[in-house]
Parts: sequence; C-alpha cells; structure tokens
Amino acid sequence: MRSPLSLLATALIACAAAPADAQIRVDITGGIASPMPIAIPVMPTPATAATAAGDTAGLGAQVAQVVTNDLKNSGLFNPLPAGSLRPVAFTQVTAPDFPGWTSTGAQALVQGFVQANGDGTLTVGCYLYDVFAQSELTRQGFVVSPANWRRAAHKCADTVYTRLTGEGPYFDSRVVYVSETGPKTRRTKRLAIMDQDGANHRFLTNGQSIVLTPRFAPGQQTITYMSYTNNRPRVYVYDVGSGRQRLVVDQPNMTFSPRFSPDGRFIVFSMAVNGNTDIYRVSASGGTPQRLTTSPGIDSSASYSPDGARIVFESDRSGGQQLYVMNADGSNQQRISFGGGRYGTPVWSPRGDLIAFTKIGGGFRIGIMAPDGSGEKTLTNAWQDEGPTWSPNGRVIMFFRTGQGSGKADLWSVDLTGVNERRVPTPLDGSDPAWGPLLP
Amino acid sequence: MTQSVSTRAGLRLLLGVALIATAACSKKPPKELPPPPPTAGETTGGGDTSGMNDGSATGAALPGSRADFIAQAGSDTVLFGTDMIDIDSTARAILDRQAAWLKKYPAVRVTIEGHADERGTREYNLALGDRRANSAKNYLAAAGISASRISTISYGKERPVATGSDESAWAQNRRAVTVVPQ
Repeated sequence: MRSPLSLLATALIACAAAPADAQIRVDITGGIASPMPIAIPVMPTPATAATAAGDTAGLGAQVAQVVTNDLKNSGLFNPLPAGSLRPVAFTQVTAPDFPGWTSTGAQALVQGFVQANGDGTLTVGCYLYDVFAQSELTRQGFVVSPANWRRAAHKCADTVYTRLTGEGPYFDSRVVYVSETGPKTRRTKRLAIMDQDGANHRFLTNGQSIVLTPRFAPGQQTITYMSYTNNRPRVYVYDVGSGRQRLVVDQPNMTFSPRFSPDGRFIVFSMAVNGNTDIYRVSASGGTPQRLTTSPGIDSSASYSPDGARIVFESDRSGGQQLYVMNADGSNQQRISFGGGRYGTPVWSPRGDLIAFTKIGGGFRIGIMAPDGSGEKTLTNAWQDEGPTWSPNGRVIMFFRTGQGSGKADLWSVDLTGVNERRVPTPLDGSDPAWGPLLP
Repeated sequence: MTQSVSTRAGLRLLLGVALIATAACSKKPPKELPPPPPTAGETTGGGDTSGMNDGSATGAALPGSRADFIAQAGSDTVLFGTDMIDIDSTARAILDRQAAWLKKYPAVRVTIEGHADERGTREYNLALGDRRANSAKNYLAAAGISASRISTISYGKERPVATGSDESAWAQNRRAVTVVPQ
C-alpha cells in the first residue's frame, strides 16, 4: 500500500512580471505536429541528503526524467536529449543562464530542485521559463513523502503543460486495467493499477477468476468491475485499501458493464434476464436496482455525463449496436449515432464536450463525436482497437489494441488529433483500461 | 479551425481541434446497417464438436456421464451465425438428441455456456453469449426439459475454442455448449 498522501503545493515566492515580446508557438494543425523544443535539465539539490527513495541528487535526475517523459508523451513537446543539457547549479534555478539556453534551440526551460526537509519530507521546486523572453512564466513547489517523489514530478509536468497549453492537467493520475497472460483459449485476467505512465504497477487480484471492465469511483478508493467469482459473472466493488470485494446486486442473473456516477453515489450497470439485457441503476452501497431501459434488445455500456444528468449507452434495439443518450432517470432516450457501421462502448468525456466510442465495421476503431452526435471523427486505424477511456483533462484517450490471430492485447493512448499514438507500457498484456481522475 | 492559447509572456500554443469542426460538416444522413449476411456457421453447425468434449472414449462412457451425453447427443455444442441467436436445423438435431438424453437422466442438471466470436465488443458479446445460451435453453425447455434443470452462463468472447482470426475459427466460437457435470 501507498502511504497516505501528503502533497502540498507550496507558495514559492511570487514571480517577476513577464515581458511579452517573444512569440513562441506550437502548431498542431491539419494533423501535422511540431512539438515545442523544451529543456528539462537535472534538478540540483542544495545539499545531498539520503532519503527513503535514494539521495536527493539522484532524485533530481529522476524527477527531471519523469517530467521529460510526461511532456514528450503528450506529443506537444520535444524535450532536448538529457545528455546534451548543461548542468544547472542550485543558485541558477531562479536565475537561469538564458543566453546559454538560447543557443540550444529550446524555447521553454524547466528548472527545479530537490531538497530534503527536517521532517523527512521532500520539497520539489518547479520553475518554467520562456527562454527567448528571458522571463519566468510560473513556479510551483511540492512537498511529498520520498515514496511519492514521482507525484511531485507529475505535478511539475502538469504545471508546465497547463501553463503552455491552457488545457487542464492530467499527468498526476492513475489507471486501473486488466492484466492478461496465457493462451488465447484461456486467458488469465487480473485487475492491476498503475500510474498513467506505467510506473508503480501493482496487481489487485490473483487471476483465479476472470475479471473485466474495471472503473474507478470518483475518490479512487474503490473500483467497480465484473468478476466470474464462483462461476457467477456479476458486478463487484473492490476496496483498494482492504483488498476486499463486495457483490453489488445479489440475485441470480448476470450483471456487467458497471460504471460509477460522477458523485459516486450510484452504479449504473447492465443485467441480462432470460436473454434480454437492460440498464439498471443501484446505490453504490447496494439495495434494490432501478430499471432504466426496457427495450427488448441489448442495452449496455452506460456512461454518465460529468454533471450526472445524462447517460450515454449502446443499444441494438434498431438492429446493430448504436449510441443513445437518455436522462439519468431513463427518460427521453434518443439515438445519436447515424454513420455507417455500428457503435459501442461510449464514454462521456470528463469535460462533457465529447463522447468516445468503439466504431465497429470491418475492424474496431476508436472515435469521438459530440453528445448530439455531430462531428464524428475516427482517431485510430488498426485491426481491433476497443474500449476508450478519457484522461482527466479530456484531451487524451487510452484504449486497448488486440492483435489479429494472437488475441494478445495491449494498452495505447492517442490524443484528439489522432496523430500522437503511443503504447502504454505494462509488464504483461493489457486490456479494459480505465483512467482515473486527477489524484486528490 | 484552430484554437490558440496565448500565455501571459507571449508563448503561444495552438491546439488543433479542426478535426472536430470539419467532421461536423460531413455528418451523414441516418442510415441503418443491414444485418450481416449469414456465414458458414449457418450451414455447417453439426459435425463440429469444436473440442469441447472431454476426450473420453465414447465406447466406455458411463451412463449418465458427460462422455455418455456427448456420445449419445452427437455433440454438446450448437453453433450460430454472425450476430445470430437462431437455432438452425443442424442445431435443432443436436438439441433434440440432447433433450432425449436429458429425459433419460432426469436427475442431471446442466449448464449451458454461451459464447461469441472475437468480432464484437467485450460487453456486447457478454450479452450476446447470454442470448445464445438462453436460445438453446428455451429450445430444450420447449422440448420438454424443465427449465429449472438448466442454468446459463455467458463467457462472451473470453473463452474461444478456435484461436484463429478467420471465418472458420469465428464459426466455431459462436456457440452454446451444454455442460453435463463430470
């Protein structure tokens, strides 16, 4: 288990006024990316000190590496190679050698420090500079336990990302997914949890039962998922702290496709009764489910809008799978997908502006559309891409890609341009990712 | 269309959201996809027991056992067309023999497993497997087997018997398997 989190943003002394004569920009238009050159040198320490996570000098290099990887993986930044960067003295952290950095071609500069405090915590300072304007753009300090040094690094990367893009942060977040191994006819599936960059990976279940489709509760202390425990496929809630699982609805039918409401009070799920599958809602603590759909077809994969007022879901009531939106009480069901082919696994963006889905036709592709069905766009093109999940800022989608023939799946991410597609590292194969909100 | 974000110091980062805006212009009129054409599974069902039997020598099968059931019924498995849950004539012949055997051993309870091929999304396939298991169950019930003797479970696309990504493998994986206790 992680230790309880203490992550405090410290107020570093206010920064200087910013001149506005430079014009640096990153253009991503028409699907052509030109990432911003950025320098992220090793972060010095005022005094090398041992911590539970290694000494502060070593941590300074590791923090810079994590910040570098986050920004690079966003597709919007082109960090200069670490080996090419000049060392930064502690006294230079707040007084950069701007002429020296100008000659590297970097347009932005991230400097910082790692300091051991008397109470056993670390302070990680994070400063962002405009190299050509020779000005400071922002600064943040983070106090963490040594075990949480990566979170400070992700927070620093989030600070840089939000300041330069105007978009919300997403690096300080986690993913729950299904780790897979074994032959195609008998895959072993285990719940696993990790940071969004694949670090701090941990298995939650032992693989004795098939587990599918995990989703975080808003507070991320519980996960709802479907398990074949005792050969009865049903929806459970898993408590991350205790490792215990609890059956949500105790009755004989198959329940699956669970998702929390944005306030965490409800779980919406599907139940198959004599071959007919409808969507139900139940209190997250259990009780009697309320039926939300009554069509004779398969209604599943419900996903709440971020305000909790509406639910997008898939239904084959018209023949093939299509996307529908209804009010959270089941009223006013309206079909929103009308392109060629079928549509499944809709997921409402945490920003509310888009719905991601799996487009079925030939293969599987990841796509997005507005909640009214307009603006459909396909983001990926492989044999089988399935199961999108949104980054906390609604700018990146993670999904799983299954290989033709092998049946082996792994995790990928893609941004809304469809250009920046990346493999997400996992120790084994992976499927059914669910990206949690920003960590508290 | 591009959305530009100006920073206080003059750094600008343009984020392309053109795709969303332009795609909005090409929205197609409502159109329903016609049902997929019937595939091999529609016409081949029967002889293929798709490896679900336990491999016991049928000649030596203990009466009332799983091996006996498979030997007498001809197969524990019926197959379905793509996205279909219909019981075709081949499947009917197998289920009729399964029903005859179940009448002979009225104390035996069975579980029907429903499965789907890999070309559907995970959750849809769970529901589809449930439909197929219930389709077979309903047939057996109509043939006189008490529904209380038959439980169902769907495995969706989680437990294929054929590992290829081709029509032949998919046809074998779209199945309902009647499982008699060992």
